[in-house]
Amino acid sequence: MSGVAARDPNASRVRAALSEVADPEIPGVSIVDLGMVGEVRVEPDAIHVALLPTFVGCPAVDVIRSAVEARLLEFGRPVDVRFDFRVPWTSDRITRRGREKLRASGFAPPAPVGAEAPVLVQLMTPVACPNCRSQRTVLESAFGPTQCRAIYHCTACRQPFEAFKPV
Amino acid sequence: MTVAVLPTTALGELLRSMADDEFVIGFSDSEWTGIAPLLEEDVAMSSLAQDELGHAAALYGLLGELIGSDPDSLAYDRQPEAYRHCRLLDHGRGDWAMTIARRYLYDTADAVRLEALAGGAWVPLADLVAKLIREERYHRMHAGAWLERLARDDGEARTRLLLALRELQPDAATVFTPLPDEVALVDGGILAAPMPELERRWRAAIGPVFAELDLPTPPAARQMQRGRLDHGEAFRWLWSEFTSVRRSEPGGTW
Repeated sequence: MSGVAARDPNASRVRAALSEVADPEIPGVSIVDLGMVGEVRVEPDAIHVALLPTFVGCPAVDVIRSAVEARLLEFGRPVDVRFDFRVPWTSDRITRRGREKLRASGFAPPAPVGAEAPVLVQLMTPVACPNCRSQRTVLESAFGPTQCRAIYHCTACRQPFEAFKPV
Repeated sequence: MTVAVLPTTALGELLRSMADDEFVIGFSDSEWTGIAPLLEEDVAMSSLAQDELGHAAALYGLLGELIGSDPDSLAYDRQPEAYRHCRLLDHGRGDWAMTIARRYLYDTADAVRLEALAGGAWVPLADLVAKLIREERYHRMHAGAWLERLARDDGEARTRLLLALRELQPDAATVFTPLPDEVALVDGGILAAPMPELERRWRAAIGPVFAELDLPTPPAARQMQRGRLDHGEAFRWLWSEFTSVRRSEPGGTW
């Protein structure tokens, strides 16, 4: 597709392009599937994209910004990426497809949270092992290799695994 | 709901105090990276530190927009006297019991403060606070589980916890040091209640936990009016650590 004139952007084309931008910490899942893309506004002078960080201190935001800008180059307009908290990201924003892809990448998808912040019981709810699908799993630590992940152990297949935190 | 006239000075003091609290406790937590008592706790403390430094950066960002500065300058370019974190965070890292006691006292107090800011009239802060509350739940859960584990031990762990509480508790309530002109924040609908009322709510929240674990509750703060001033030697050392790279190459960027 390179070499042709810049594609005429509209919001759905921009969203389709963003669905090819992977999360740098979970490469199998796109930022659209993770629910990180907020408002997309196409204006004559620029494409405005609001992104919702999964965690306030997520260190990957600059990498994601660069990836979004690079992916939207084909539209031939300046890209304005804004991270904001006007809509708080919660793990309920992960799409059905995103949850499937998380599981396929070896991460258990998070339990539903609802409008209130998660309470202890939600974190202690067994999640299905992404390897053997058993529910006989225990939380080892709420803190994993990135801010959005927790560590579990499966007592059925005796493997450790990671789960996306409900937040 | 929005604010008609923004009480800029009082809001700046609020943001500075919150950001400095998160920055200092986050940096203290990061000192456990590599040397925590368990591998899981090494990861946990590093993750907590990353959260808190991220919260500080977001709060410094709001402060920077308000007063015309940027997060890095606010975090690294001030002299030690200009920081406004509470004295509870001024005791040095200490041992594991000290770390857990500090985290529990701070996290429970911070939760009360965040609840008082949720839905507030200054939208940029209210939006950020809604997100912070979701993340801080995990911190409180972690500190609460460890507090109980140490307190229910009948040997060295409980002894060390009691020693840590004895040192920290006279400063525990300094999280609620009244801010300059905080009445403007309350009148403007940004903060739900003045600091003395928030302190009462915090004591009501932690009282049953301390009773259940047979731990002494925090006394009234000594020198509450200076609860965010007069940082001592432990903070000067920490400051020299976290500004060392910045000072070695002023204005340098990654």
